[in-house]
Amino acid sequence: MPAPIRLRELIRTIRTARTQAEEREMIQKECAAIRSSFREEDNTYRCRNVAKLLYMHMLGYPAHFGQLECLKLIASQKFTDKRIGYLGAMLLLDERQDVHLLMTNCIKNDLNHSTQYVQGLALCTLGCMGSSEMCRDLAGEVEKLLKTSNSYLRKKAALCAVHVIRKVPELMEMFLPATKNLLSEKNHGVLHTSVVLLTEMCERSPDMLSHFRKNEKLVPQLVRILKNLIMSGYSPEHDVSGISDPFLQVRILRLLRILGKSDDDSSEAMNDILAQVATNTETSKNVGNAILYETVLTIMDIKSESGLRVLAINILGRFLLNNDKNIRYVALTSLLKTVQTDHNAVQRHRSTIVDCLKDLDVSIKRRAMELSFALVNGNNIRGMMKELLYFLDSCDPEFKADCASGVFLAAEKYAPSKRWHIDTIMRVLTTAGSYVRDDSVPNLIQLITNSVEMHAYTVQRLYKALLDDISQQPLVQVASWCIGEYGDLLVSGQCEEEEPIQVTEDEVLDVLEGLLVSNLSTPVTRGYSLTAIMKLSTRFSGVNRIKKVVSIYGSSIDVELQQRAVEYNALFKKYDHMRPALLERMPIMEKTATNGPTEIVQTNGETEPSVVEPKHLPPVTQPANQANDLLDLLGGNDVVPVIQTTMPTKPASAGGELLDLLGDLSLSGGPATAPASSVPTSQPSFLLDGLSSQPLFNDIAAAAIPPMTAYNKNGLKIDFTFERANPNPNVAVITIHASNSTEADMTEFVFQAAVPKTFQLQLLSPSSNVVPALNQGTVTQVIRVLNPQKLRMRIKLTYTLKGSPVQDLAEVNNFPAQSWQ
Amino acid sequence: MMRFLLLFSRQGKLRLQKWFTPMTEREKKKITRDMTTMVLSRQPRSCNFLHWKDLKIIYKRYASLYFCLAIDNQENELIALEVIQRYVELLDKYFGNVCELDIIFNFEKAYFILDEFLIGGEIQETSKQMVNRSIEASDMLQEGDSSEWFEVELFG
Repeated sequence: MPAPIRLRELIRTIRTARTQAEEREMIQKECAAIRSSFREEDNTYRCRNVAKLLYMHMLGYPAHFGQLECLKLIASQKFTDKRIGYLGAMLLLDERQDVHLLMTNCIKNDLNHSTQYVQGLALCTLGCMGSSEMCRDLAGEVEKLLKTSNSYLRKKAALCAVHVIRKVPELMEMFLPATKNLLSEKNHGVLHTSVVLLTEMCERSPDMLSHFRKNEKLVPQLVRILKNLIMSGYSPEHDVSGISDPFLQVRILRLLRILGKSDDDSSEAMNDILAQVATNTETSKNVGNAILYETVLTIMDIKSESGLRVLAINILGRFLLNNDKNIRYVALTSLLKTVQTDHNAVQRHRSTIVDCLKDLDVSIKRRAMELSFALVNGNNIRGMMKELLYFLDSCDPEFKADCASGVFLAAEKYAPSKRWHIDTIMRVLTTAGSYVRDDSVPNLIQLITNSVEMHAYTVQRLYKALLDDISQQPLVQVASWCIGEYGDLLVSGQCEEEEPIQVTEDEVLDVLEGLLVSNLSTPVTRGYSLTAIMKLSTRFSGVNRIKKVVSIYGSSIDVELQQRAVEYNALFKKYDHMRPALLERMPIMEKTATNGPTEIVQTNGETEPSVVEPKHLPPVTQPANQANDLLDLLGGNDVVPVIQTTMPTKPASAGGELLDLLGDLSLSGGPATAPASSVPTSQPSFLLDGLSSQPLFNDIAAAAIPPMTAYNKNGLKIDFTFERANPNPNVAVITIHASNSTEADMTEFVFQAAVPKTFQLQLLSPSSNVVPALNQGTVTQVIRVLNPQKLRMRIKLTYTLKGSPVQDLAEVNNFPAQSWQ
Repeated sequence: MMRFLLLFSRQGKLRLQKWFTPMTEREKKKITRDMTTMVLSRQPRSCNFLHWKDLKIIYKRYASLYFCLAIDNQENELIALEVIQRYVELLDKYFGNVCELDIIFNFEKAYFILDEFLIGGEIQETSKQMVNRSIEASDMLQEGDSSEWFEVELFG
């Protein structure tokens, strides 16, 4: 059998293939040759064949039949074989294959080999892909090598130990003695890997952390090493652009961060060196900035004195002005992390941050936008909003939705006047109208309703906007609703804020009817405009045109429109006496300041068929005493006192029917689950239920969202309770309650949550990070989620139980439907 | 720690893949596809950092090759750029004015050099000379020379 072709020749041949098919053919041919060569147990060429297989594997072809051959190569005496064998093992084998366990013995032998390069191969392979079982078996060998004086092996053993600890945390203890004099090494490789090992140990175990702080006095040692690096002259071996061993400097700074966190003594001991690094590091190249970046992160995380913190933020401010966009990006990300804690210091750099909105780089723009929103406050709202609106106009579509939501949130919190607020909303709707999230429509309507003195101004501006452009659905929906509600103000020309326009009732109806027939209007928009037209029947003088429109749509193909039209028709024909009351002005909706269960304020018994956005209304629960309201409704306009919604007398499922008022008005009969006890039976039941349900927007029954258990495993139980944040109903406030039914406390408890990208999540500080044993107490933490539609969440829990760290990931999908409606 | 390092050409052909956490073949293929798509579609003068899942992706183009390094979220991106730069310099010293073809035809050497620079997603040696010396010595071993002679030279 001729010798198998050489690796380089194979590569050359394969590269001459002109099509994928040709390449596949060559590969298959060669694989066949290799397979038969393997079958013949050819020792001489095994190495060459495996190397070729690895090449073909990189091209994407299967190579699993070479796995055992790698093992044979590893077991060979030749260094060349071992080299390729270990490489093949790292590329083709992983801990999922049973085969890899066969490597354990080979590795053990090679760890004790007489040639350090063979030992090195074994350490490298174990450190890259050793499974937990392998690590358990070989930890002793690694520990031995950690104590050798051969620096080439010692550095590799250190990283191997890191891998062992990552795989089998319980083995951490056994490496402790070997770490005693690691930092007195001169060799930078050993120093670097030792710092990595110490970092890993300190991060994983608080006991280790305090041991290293107090007993080993790690901080002074690290400070000394760092100082030498900075002060020592040029060292050719470790120099990078004039800085001595930046990799080691960065690692030391990181370890100092961990040691100094929440510890006054350690933080004080490192104050000077941090200031020294911060002021003396050369910033002309990326290396220097990398060190400064790490220094800033350390300063912000430890208990540094305020002067140092200001120094750190100023460094970030200087980064923002750097020509290098990587540096600017990193600065924005870091400032975003510190804006909560050092708000005033970050505010000083506001104008630079706002300038970054105009940056060409997409990632930078996004960070600048997030940071800008975080910096908005009552003082700078006008100026900031100008910049943000300008940004909204000119930014890429991928930003517009988030930016619009951010603008609404900021405007709601800090609007200096109602007029400004409405103008801002108008600006967003007209410039980015199609990117605005659907759920902002009801929010805006609520806002407009509550700004009583601005009604005329608002409806006029919206009307003018409609004349220009009817393509942006959220704008059209809000405008239709307003015209339906305040059309009388529009035609009577009552606007005080600006020059009132002259418009006739017919012109208004032209516009609304235009929306109905336009191809640009979505079905939802059509629903809005039909309802608006109907409402105008009580506000305008002439109803005949409206009657005609309504009857035409009684035979519309769109079922929703048809249903509405038929019912409105019924309203004209049989129930004309109810019409004025039904279509009266919407009452003002009070927004409560707290996040507690919301209260409805009903100024009178007036109701309105809330068909406008049925999908946004949570299931309604009916207080028992609303039967009386019904009688008032048909009579006078008495003010009804504030009613708590926490007394449901109807099952929640009835809420659906209560919502769908028109469903209730259907002539076939009333809702199935209406208890008749609170209702005088002489009234037609459907009308009763519909009217008394009074489902005003989304201020209802926040307390009716039931709590849920999100996680319950190994004694740790996490419950979620919900509130809807007022004034912004777009924000769901979830409180987690973590309880522990095991016998020991769970310490270092950290709860992390992630949500899909369409939401925004804010996690506030937890009440504590110890979950007491035997359910003696709970840890609570508040999560705020923006735009919670169909909420899903991934949670990560880490805690230490009886000395060992535990980590778990879970997905939470069982959010009750009410939490996101 | 670093999670993976990928080298690929402008056409998306993979030239080197180093994974520091266990993954199935399918996962590796998917991630490679995602990376090549994401990186190759970036504008020419964008910043070198991306976010992907819970990782930071640092990428840099050297001639016709893209180097794509994934790090944990709390790692320092700027020093990661230096890691890539250091690896390129090591390759350059070894091959002498390294180009993509060198890495294609000597991919196993590229891996050997990487394995003297990084282990388990962390840097093992910060001195360029040390790494180069180890590789040269290993190469000599491969040629069957007496091993003791070189061990004495490189000790300490």
